Amino acid sequence: MSYPPDLIKRLQTHAYTIRRHSLIMTTRAASGHPSSSLSMAEIMAALYFHELRVDPRCPDWPERDRFVLSKGHGCPAQFAALAERGFFDRRELLTLRQLGSFLQGHPDLKTPGVEAATGSLGNGISIAVGMALAGKLDRRPWRVYTVIGDGECQEGMVWEAAMAAAHFRLDNLCALLDFNGLETDGPVREIMNPEPLDDKFRAFGWHVVEVDGHDLVQILDALAEARRTAGRPTMIIAHTVKGKGVSFMEHELDWHGKPASPEQLRQALAELDAWAAAAGLEPPPPLDGEA
Amino acid sequence: MDGPRLLLAKTESPPRAVATRDAYGDALAQLGAEDPDIVVLDADLAKSTKTIKFAERFPERFFEVGIAEQNLMGIAAGLALAGKKPFVSTFAVFGTGRAFEPLRNSIAYPALNVKICLSHAGVTVGEDGGSHQTVEDIALMRSLPNLTVVVPADAVETAQAVRAIHAHHGPVYLRMGRPSVPVIFDAEGYRFRLGRATVLREGRDVALMACGIMVSQALAAAERLAAEGIEALVLNVSTVKPLDEETVCAAAARTGAVVTCEEHSVIGGLGSAVAEVLGERRPTPMERVGIKDVFGESGTWKDLLKARGLTPDDIVSAARRVLRRKAD
Repeated sequence: MSYPPDLIKRLQTHAYTIRRHSLIMTTRAASGHPSSSLSMAEIMAALYFHELRVDPRCPDWPERDRFVLSKGHGCPAQFAALAERGFFDRRELLTLRQLGSFLQGHPDLKTPGVEAATGSLGNGISIAVGMALAGKLDRRPWRVYTVIGDGECQEGMVWEAAMAAAHFRLDNLCALLDFNGLETDGPVREIMNPEPLDDKFRAFGWHVVEVDGHDLVQILDALAEARRTAGRPTMIIAHTVKGKGVSFMEHELDWHGKPASPEQLRQALAELDAWAAAAGLEPPPPLDGEA
Repeated sequence: MDGPRLLLAKTESPPRAVATRDAYGDALAQLGAEDPDIVVLDADLAKSTKTIKFAERFPERFFEVGIAEQNLMGIAAGLALAGKKPFVSTFAVFGTGRAFEPLRNSIAYPALNVKICLSHAGVTVGEDGGSHQTVEDIALMRSLPNLTVVVPADAVETAQAVRAIHAHHGPVYLRMGRPSVPVIFDAEGYRFRLGRATVLREGRDVALMACGIMVSQALAAAERLAAEGIEALVLNVSTVKPLDEETVCAAAARTGAVVTCEEHSVIGGLGSAVAEVLGERRPTPMERVGIKDVFGESGTWKDLLKARGLTPDDIVSAARRVLRRKAD
C-alpha cells in the first residue's frame, strides 16, 4: 500500500527519537536494555503514532486499543514512545529505574499508558489473550497488540497463549515478534533454537506475516493486513537488528542488559544524528541529560 | 458471649457433610446471575472444582483454557485489566505451584481483582497421592504481597466467603478441599467476615486456633478436653492473611496457651502466622498441629488425617503438652 511520504518520514523521526531517548535513559539509569529497545523502535513508532487508537489525555478510555509489551525489558522504547505521544512529560524519562519513579525497570501499571505488568517473559502475550477475550465477550471493536521476543518463544507459556488465541479465534489480537536473533547468553539459534517460528505459529492457527522490522511501510502494511484478517490472530514476524542504528551495538551480544557509557553515548548519538540528517529527518526534541 | 450457633454435635448426629468445592460451585453460579462482570476460568478440571455449575448456567462467561495453568493466570489477568471479575479454578497444587510465577507477577504484583479459588488442597485429596496434595500452598500464597488468603471451615462458610471475596476488590486465594466434610455452621446464624477470626467456643485454659477442615477437628478436640475438665477456646481463623491479630492476641492472653491446627505444613501456614504475631506481640507457649515437613501419600483421606497427625486426638495431645509448659 502507498502512504503519504510525510507519514513515513514522521514515523521515521519518531523511531529516531525513540532510539535517542532509549540510549540516553539507559545511560542515565546506568542499567537497562538499550539494544533490545533499538531493535523495536520502528515497531513502537508504527504502533503509537499510527496504529493504536489511544488518547493520552484519557489513558483509561474504555474504547482504546490495548498494547502489552511482552518482551518487557525493551520498555525504554515503549516509555519513550509514551512520552512523545503525550502520556507524560518527556523529562520523566530521565528518572528511569530510580527509586520512586513511575518508570520501573520493567513495565508496571504505575506508568500512564502502560496496560499490564510484564517483564517475566511469556506473561505478556498471555495477558494480551485475556484482554482480547474480554473485547470479544463484550463485542467491542477495540484491538489488542503485543510485542514478544524471539528468545521469549523459548518459554512454554508463549505456546499456551498461542494455542488459546487461535482456539478462541481472537482476530482482535495482533502480536509482533521482534526477531533480533540474540538473547542474554548468546545467539537464540545456538541457545535453544525456536525456529521455524513462522511455521510454528501457522501450525498453532495464526495468520503469519513476515516483514523487515525496520521498514515502516512493511510494518504498516502488515498491521493493516492483521486488521483485515478474520477468525484468527495475526503474528507479524519482524526481522530486526539488535542494537539497530549504533554501529558498535548492532548484532553484538554484549549489549543485552548493558547501557552505553557516557563516552559511548556521545558516539552513539552522533551516529544516529548523522544518519537522521542524511535521511532528511527533523531534529528530535531534546532530552536533558544528554552526554 | 454470643457465638455463632454450631450444628456440629449439637443438632444433627451425625452432622451433614458437604465438600467446600461443592459450596463454591453453587455460590459462584448464584453470584453469576447477580453480576454480569463475573467470568470463570478453569484448566480442564471444571467437573472437579465444580465451576461446571457456573459453566452450565453461563456458558458465554466460562472459559476453559485446557491443561495450561500458567496461561490460566495470564488470561485471568488480562480479563481483569479489561474490567472483568475473573474467578479461576484448578487444583491447588497446580494453581499455586505450576502457575506461581504468573500468579505472582501478573496478578499479585499489580494487585489485580482476580479470585484464585483452588480445590483439592491438603492431604485430604486422598488416593491421588503426594504429587497432588499441597502441603505448601498457604505458605506460598501468604508470602505474596497484596494477596488475601482465605481457608473456609465448611460449606456454609465457603458460600459466604465467595460473596465476601467478590465484594472485596483485589486478589484473593480461596483454599478448598475435595472430600465432604462436616457442616459446622448454621447458615442463618453464622456470618463470615473477611479478615476476622471468630470465637466458636469460649474457654480459659487453652486456645485452639484452626482453619479449614481442622476447625471441626478442633471442636471435637475441645469436647474431649472438656471431659477432662479442660476448657478450650476454639478460634476459627478462616482469613489466614491478613491475620486478625487482635483476636489472636486476645485469645492468647485469655488462655495463656495456644495450639494451631491446619491441614498444611507447619512451615509457613497458619501456625507460622500465629507464631509470628505472638512472638512479637504476646509471647505465649504454643504447639503447632499440622504436617511435619513431609509430603503426602496415597490413602483414604481419613487414614491420611491419622497418618499425618491431624485428628482430634492429636490436637488433644498437643493441648496437654502446651498446658504442661504453661504450668512451668
